[in-house]
Amino acid sequence: MEPDHPISRSGTEPVVHLRGAVALLGRFPALAGVDLDVDRRRIVLLRGANGAGKTTLLRALAGLVPISAGEAVVLGVDLRVDRQSVRHRVGLLAHGTGLYDELSVADNVRFWTLAAGAVLADAESAMVRLGLDGRLSDVSVGRLSTGQRRRTSLACLIARRPELWLLDEPHAGLDKEGRDVVDELVRDAAVAGATIILSSHELDRAIDLADEIVTLGGGVALDDSGAGGDGNVA
Amino acid sequence: MLHDAWLIARKDLKLEIRSRVALNQVVPFALLVLVLFAFALDPDRGLLEKATPGLYWIAVLFSGLLAMQRSFAVEAADGVTDALRLSGLAPAGIFLGKTLSVAVQLLVLEVLLGVGVAVLYGTSITGWLLLLATIVVATAAISTAGTLFGVVAAGLRVRETLLPLLLLPVLAPVLIGSTRAFEAALSGTPSEGWPWVGLMSVFAAVYVVAGIFGFGPLMEES
Amino acid sequence: MTTETAGPLEASDSGPTSTGSRTTMILGIVTLFALGVLVLLGLILSPAEENQSDAVRIMYIHVPSATLSYVGCFLTAIGSAVFLWRKSRWWDLVAYASAEVAALFTAFTLVTGMLWGRPTWGVFWVWDARLTSEAMLMLLLLGYLAVRGIAADYEVRAKRAAIVGLLLVPNVFIVRQSVQWWRTLHQTPTLSLSGAEIQGLMLFSLFTGFIAITLAFIWMVIHRFRVAWLEEQVDAEGLDTAIAERRAEGVVS
Repeated sequence: MEPDHPISRSGTEPVVHLRGAVALLGRFPALAGVDLDVDRRRIVLLRGANGAGKTTLLRALAGLVPISAGEAVVLGVDLRVDRQSVRHRVGLLAHGTGLYDELSVADNVRFWTLAAGAVLADAESAMVRLGLDGRLSDVSVGRLSTGQRRRTSLACLIARRPELWLLDEPHAGLDKEGRDVVDELVRDAAVAGATIILSSHELDRAIDLADEIVTLGGGVALDDSGAGGDGNVA
Repeated sequence: MLHDAWLIARKDLKLEIRSRVALNQVVPFALLVLVLFAFALDPDRGLLEKATPGLYWIAVLFSGLLAMQRSFAVEAADGVTDALRLSGLAPAGIFLGKTLSVAVQLLVLEVLLGVGVAVLYGTSITGWLLLLATIVVATAAISTAGTLFGVVAAGLRVRETLLPLLLLPVLAPVLIGSTRAFEAALSGTPSEGWPWVGLMSVFAAVYVVAGIFGFGPLMEES
Repeated sequence: MTTETAGPLEASDSGPTSTGSRTTMILGIVTLFALGVLVLLGLILSPAEENQSDAVRIMYIHVPSATLSYVGCFLTAIGSAVFLWRKSRWWDLVAYASAEVAALFTAFTLVTGMLWGRPTWGVFWVWDARLTSEAMLMLLLLGYLAVRGIAADYEVRAKRAAIVGLLLVPNVFIVRQSVQWWRTLHQTPTLSLSGAEIQGLMLFSLFTGFIAITLAFIWMVIHRFRVAWLEEQVDAEGLDTAIAERRAEGVVS
């Protein structure tokens, strides 16, 4: 795999390709040899017990955590050589909101949209899509409920139009309506050509949403009858 | 890079306008320092008058430390550092943007302190050009070095004690230079002050370059 | 991020299990010998100076010590620069070892300076350009060492320390320049050798002082480096065990 090879739009190259990927947090091997292949436009559910390495895997795919052994290619970029260049092409919805509490919803979405190199119009349409225009747009993020903050973070994500979505427990803390919004966004994004990997403990809902399931345990992808073979998704 | 710097500077200043921490806490702190110096140095004995330039710049330095801490405290919230890394903003741009926003806050502080000193210590102000040049250059020096060392200390549990330990020895020449330049201006011999302005410009230039190249590696968590 | 990023090693350092080696043992013996000669020359054989009497003997260790404190500081900066450029752990640890030894020598310089100052000028401290610069160097080095002590991953610590280390050189230059300008305006008393005639045996003693102190410096840096290197080796071991343990977690659930 060459680094910086432009992504093949015909979709024959997997968006994610990991073989024996090891990621260390300090001296602790959070990922202890993960094998994973994900094709374009797939929606993948990542499940596993707490501490299995789901969050680290998502962050590693975003280029935030270095891979110290094995192969790791995301969107055609070899993460072992250059993990910075993949970052602006992915969208990560993490445990933290990634928002400035003292700024308003609109200020946050606009800032993060412009920071990602998109235009203000993208910010406006993202806020409309997430129902954040109108009364909420001028409220400081610190005053919002969890669900509203999650929606703001999502607005920042969709405004970037990332090729790979990495969602860490997107359903957590949301009411039914909020979860429906997330599912709708995910489905629309896949149709539009993006790839989505999400972790969730809301298995009923997420299994409906996902095309494939990967189970993580002890820092590796486990054999799982729901996926077939050795935990790789076809 | 400059576009990114502008985005960050605007965001930081907007944050400050919304939260008003610098205005409500840092400025009063600086004025408080001036008042405390007056208590310690007895205004009637002429010590205060002679020491005014030095006391002014010490007040600026300590208040500047607070402003710098604040500049990085806002980025410590809730996943924002990850978001910054993912945003694709050029690290050099982030450095310049944060430096600019700290510099603006410092300039406002220095002007207010100048008024405070003129009023509280009865200083008469001469040598305007040198005074202004010193303020500009010293502010550039303090904000560039402060932002660079600020990111070195950022995200650490010990950052509140580490930053002063790193920054104050480094800024000692700026304290010496700006005090001497102020003394020269106020005593009517500005020609003695300009070499100091030159030295501080070199300092600021070194740190701008260091910040532009060093900020990227420093932003990584590992 | 462990042993794979190790840089080139000296032959005598490859896989050391202790900090000693034949080379450094010889070096140590030579150093002790040189120090012995220095003591002989400095305390006994060389004459007292006219104005400063016996106190001037401190110069034989004070001046070399001051010089080496700056050498150590530069070595730290160079090590930091190479580490940032080549990602070589070896150079990073050289920077670390050098900084600690330099801090020691700086402290020594300050103390001997005070001991020299007391009989000469009657006070322990004067704000002369050189002593003040030395004190500032101490503070800068303490800052660097503080960064090395933070609780974070090795990579993070090393990178942050390296930036601080690299900046030591411009900082030292700017500090020295500003202190010099500042103090020359005031004509303060300085601990200097100006006015003292240094020749013959005194010059030779000073020269011996430089040799002995430099040897001691090198010996200390090598050993401090090795201690740091071994510490990192200990940390790096057990990765395979850790991976196996980690994978075992998954099997149970």
